[in-house]
Amino acid sequence: MLGVLGGRVYDPRNGSDGETRDIWVKDGRVVSPEEADRQGAEIVDATGLVVMPGGVDIHSHIVGAKVNAARKFRPEDHRGAERARAGAFRSGSGHTVPSTHLTGYLYAEMGYTTVMEAATAPLVARHAHEEMADVPIIDKATFITMGNNHFLMKCIRDGRHEMARDYVAWLLRASKGYAIKIVNPGGVENWKWGSNVGELDDEVIGFGVTPRQILETLAQISGELGLPHPPHIHGINLGRSSSARTSIETMAALDGLRAHFCHIQFLSYGKGKGGVHTSEAVAIAEAVNAHPDLTVDVGQLVFGSATTMTSDGPLQHSLHRTTGSKWMNVDVEGETGGGIVPVFYKRTNPINAVMWRTGMELFLLIKDPWKVFLTTDHPNAGCFTSYPHVIKLLMDRDYRAEVFEGIHARAREGSVLHDLEREYSLYEIAVITRAGPARALGLKNKGHLGVGADADIAIYQEMDDKAEMFARPRYVFKGGTLVARDGTVVADPPGRTFYVAPSYDPGVEKDIRRHFEATYTVSFENYSMLSQPVTHEEVIACG
Amino acid sequence: MSTTIEHVACTFCGCVCDDIVVEIEGSRIAGVRRACAVGRGVLDEYDPEVRRPTLRGREVEWEAAIEAAASILDRADSPLIYGLSSSAVEAQRKAVELADRLGAVIDTTSSVCHGPTGLAMQAVGEATCTLGEVRDRADLIVFWGCNPAASHPRHFGRFSLTPKGTHTPNGRKDRTVFVVDVRPTGSSKQADHFLQVDVGADYEVLTALRSLVKGNDLAHGSIGGIPVSQLKDLVERMKACRYGVVFMGMGLTMSRGRHLNVGELFSLVTELNDYARFSVIPMRGHGNVAGADQVLTWSTGYPFAVSFARGYPQYGPGEFTAVDVLARGEADAALIIASDPAAHFPRRAAEHLERIPTIVLDPSESLTAGIAQVVFPTASYGLDAAGTAYRMDNVPIPLRRLLTSGRPTDEEVLDRIIEAVK
Repeated sequence: MLGVLGGRVYDPRNGSDGETRDIWVKDGRVVSPEEADRQGAEIVDATGLVVMPGGVDIHSHIVGAKVNAARKFRPEDHRGAERARAGAFRSGSGHTVPSTHLTGYLYAEMGYTTVMEAATAPLVARHAHEEMADVPIIDKATFITMGNNHFLMKCIRDGRHEMARDYVAWLLRASKGYAIKIVNPGGVENWKWGSNVGELDDEVIGFGVTPRQILETLAQISGELGLPHPPHIHGINLGRSSSARTSIETMAALDGLRAHFCHIQFLSYGKGKGGVHTSEAVAIAEAVNAHPDLTVDVGQLVFGSATTMTSDGPLQHSLHRTTGSKWMNVDVEGETGGGIVPVFYKRTNPINAVMWRTGMELFLLIKDPWKVFLTTDHPNAGCFTSYPHVIKLLMDRDYRAEVFEGIHARAREGSVLHDLEREYSLYEIAVITRAGPARALGLKNKGHLGVGADADIAIYQEMDDKAEMFARPRYVFKGGTLVARDGTVVADPPGRTFYVAPSYDPGVEKDIRRHFEATYTVSFENYSMLSQPVTHEEVIACG
Repeated sequence: MSTTIEHVACTFCGCVCDDIVVEIEGSRIAGVRRACAVGRGVLDEYDPEVRRPTLRGREVEWEAAIEAAASILDRADSPLIYGLSSSAVEAQRKAVELADRLGAVIDTTSSVCHGPTGLAMQAVGEATCTLGEVRDRADLIVFWGCNPAASHPRHFGRFSLTPKGTHTPNGRKDRTVFVVDVRPTGSSKQADHFLQVDVGADYEVLTALRSLVKGNDLAHGSIGGIPVSQLKDLVERMKACRYGVVFMGMGLTMSRGRHLNVGELFSLVTELNDYARFSVIPMRGHGNVAGADQVLTWSTGYPFAVSFARGYPQYGPGEFTAVDVLARGEADAALIIASDPAAHFPRRAAEHLERIPTIVLDPSESLTAGIAQVVFPTASYGLDAAGTAYRMDNVPIPLRRLLTSGRPTDEEVLDRIIEAVK
C-alpha cells in the first residue's frame, strides 16, 4: 500500500485541476480511499507538491532497426553523453540516440512512464521487441508501418477489402504491434524506383493505387477492427512547401474517420521566397479545430543537435542533398524503407527558425488541448529530454518572446506568435503530456489517477522555471514502485510491452503464405511472432 | 522413428538460410535438405553429447567451473570479452552485461573482418537494402572483393544471381553481373564481366569510378590494372540501371586502405543514387556477426571495440579491438565466446592469450579451448539452443531448438558467471 497524500492533483481525465487529494495505491493500481489502509503503508507527504499521472509519449523513436542504425552511424553523438554504471544500473551513452537502458532511465527520470515507438517495419519487428526488453521501467508499444505494403496495395488494387482487413489484423498480431502506421503512402515504394508521390491521387508505380486509397482503406480498417489507436499518419510531402495543402486535403479525405496526424509541424509549410518555407500553422490549426475525429502531435523543433530518421526514404535523400550531411538508406523488401541524416538546428538559420515558429504556433492556435500532444518526434526535431524546455515555452510567454526575438528575422516576418499571449496552465500541460495522448492511444489505465489506473505517478515541486520543474520530478512511481527521486533513477523494474490481437479469418493465411513464397526471402513461419511471447507482454483489447 | 522439421535456419554464414529441412533421429540429425555443402556439414556433424566443463584440462563439475571462471574475472584488472558472432542475441546481451559489470573490454569478430566497414559507414553513410530487394529489383550486381561461390554458397541461388523475382522474372537473364577482384575466383567465372584489379589498388579504382560518375574524363590508359574504357563502361551501366547493388567483402576491408577503401565504395554508391537507385550490402561472414553489432550498439552505442574500464562505454577501434589489447599485453584475463582467436589472431596477440588465464564457451573444441584454463562445452544455437540471429542485411531470424541435449546455453553459463562475480 502506498499513499501520496495532500498533493495538488492535476488529473484532467477525472476533472481534478490542482485540487488537494490523496492517492492510494495497492498492487500497482490506484484504489479508492475506502480501501486505504494506513497501517504499514508507504506514505509520501506531497503537501504543496504537484501530482500528475506519469507522462505518455505518443510518438518517439527509441528502439528497433532504424534507431539502432542511427546509434551505430553516430559515434560522435555519444561522446560526452555517457552515463557510468552505478550499482545494478547499466552504463550507457547517446545524446540524440541513447542506448536502450539509458533511454528507460532518462524517460523515467523525467516523469514519463509510457512511450510509443512510432515506426517498425514488420520484417524487423522482432528486432524492436528484443530492444524493448532492454529498455527498463517504461511501458512500451510499437506502431507497424503499412503505407507501402505490397500485399495491402494488391488487395486495394483488386478491391479485396476484407482480405486487406484480415491481413492487417494478422500483421499486427504477427509483429506484436499496437497500431497502423502510415508513412508517405506510396511514396516510399516509388522511391525504390527513384521517384516519389506529390499528390493524393498520384499513382504508386506497379500497383495502380493512390495515396488516397491507401489512407482511406487503412483508416476504415482501423475502425472496423476496433483498434484502440487510430491510424498514425505521416502524410505525403513532409518538409515540402506543398505539405500544408496536402495535409489539409488528407484531413478532408479522412473526414468522419478517426485519425492521428503525427509531427504535424513538419507538414505545415507553404511556399516562401528563396527556398524558405512559410508557416501555415494558422490554416492547419483551423483544419484541426474543425475535424472532431482527429488528433495531432506537434513534433516541436528544438535548436541544437538532432538525428532525422524516418521511413520516408525520398525525404531523407533530399535532406542529405540539401544539408550535405552523411546519409543512410535502407529499402525493406515488400514493406517500406527508411533513411537517417544527422542535422543541427540553428536559430540563425531561417528555415530552422520557421520550423520552430510553426510548432509554437500550432500549440497555441489549436484550441482543444485534448487534440494536440507534446512531442519532438524524438530524435527528428529534438530530443525527448527537451520536453521540459518545450513546456517552459508553452507556460511562459516572456520566455517564449525572448526566444522568438533571437531567431532569424525572416522567420519572424508575418508570424502571429507575438500576438499569441496564451500560456498553458499546469492542467493543460497534464492534458497534452498525459491524459490526451493516453486517450488517443486507447490506454484506459494510463494518463490518469482514477480508481483502477496504473499507479504511474510523477510528483513535482512547483517552480517559476518550468523547465527545471519538469526536468527533475521529486518522485516518480511506476506501477506503485518508486523508480526515480529528484531526477535520479532509484529502481529499474522491467516495463511492459503492449500489443493488440484483433481477430481475423484464418483463411487469409493461405493467401499470405502464397505471397510470402513469391516475394519474401524469409520463411512465413520465421516471420511471424504469433506463437512467441515477448517479455512482460500485455494484450490491449480491441473495441 | 524420425521427425522432419521444416524452415530451419542455418547459422554457418551471414545468409542465415531459413528454408532448410532437417530429419531428426533420436538425439542426432540424420538428414539435411536444401542446405549448402558447408551448412549440411555443420548440421550433420554436430555431436550434442553432454561434456563436462574442464579446469586446466581436467573435467570438473559445472559449479566448480563457474566458480573458477568468476574468480579469474574477479582477480583481473583488465579483462577482455571476445567473440560473440557465432552465438545468439540472448547470449550477446549477457556478454555485454558481464562486460559492463566487470569494467571489461568487449569486442567481436567484426574487428577482424568488417570492422573497417563499420568505420566507413560512420564516416560517410551507407545506402543499403534487404536481400529481397536485391532479388526482386536489382538488374545490375557488382561483387567487389568477395567470393560468395566459396564463402556464401547459396547467395547466388537465393538472392543475387539466378532467382526469379517480381521485376526479374527471367532470373539470371535479367541481371548484369560484375566481379571485381585481384584474381579469378569461382564467383568471377559466373559473372558477365570480370575486372581484375591490381593488389592494393582498389582505392584508386574506386576513386576513378567516382570521378567518372561526376563526369570527369581520365587521361590514363588504365587504373589499378583495369583499362579506363572498362571503368567507363561500368559507370555507364551503373548510371543507367534500374536498381544496382554492390556486395563487398574482405578484399576491401582487409587489404591496404581498409576503411578508406570501403568509404570510397560507400560514397560511390551514395552518389549513384542521383542517377539510379543503388545499394551496398557487406557480405557478413559468421551467422550472427550482424547480431553482435546490433546488441553492442543498442547496449553501448558502439558496434565493437568497446571499453567499460572507466565505468561507461568508450569506443576505440585500434585501441580496444581484441587483437590490439592482446598484442600490447594489456588484457590480464580473457573470456572467449564461440570463436577461436588462438587459431586466427596474429602471433603476438595469440601468444599473449596463452599467457593469461582464459575462459572459453564453445560448442566445439577450438584451439583456444586447448590453451584455456576453464572450458564450458555449451549448446549450439539453432541446434540444441534457441535464440535469434541477424542476417547480413540485419533481418532477424529465429533459431529453434532442434535437439534436446542436456548442454547449457551460452546465456545460461554467462548468467551464472554474472551472479558469481563480485
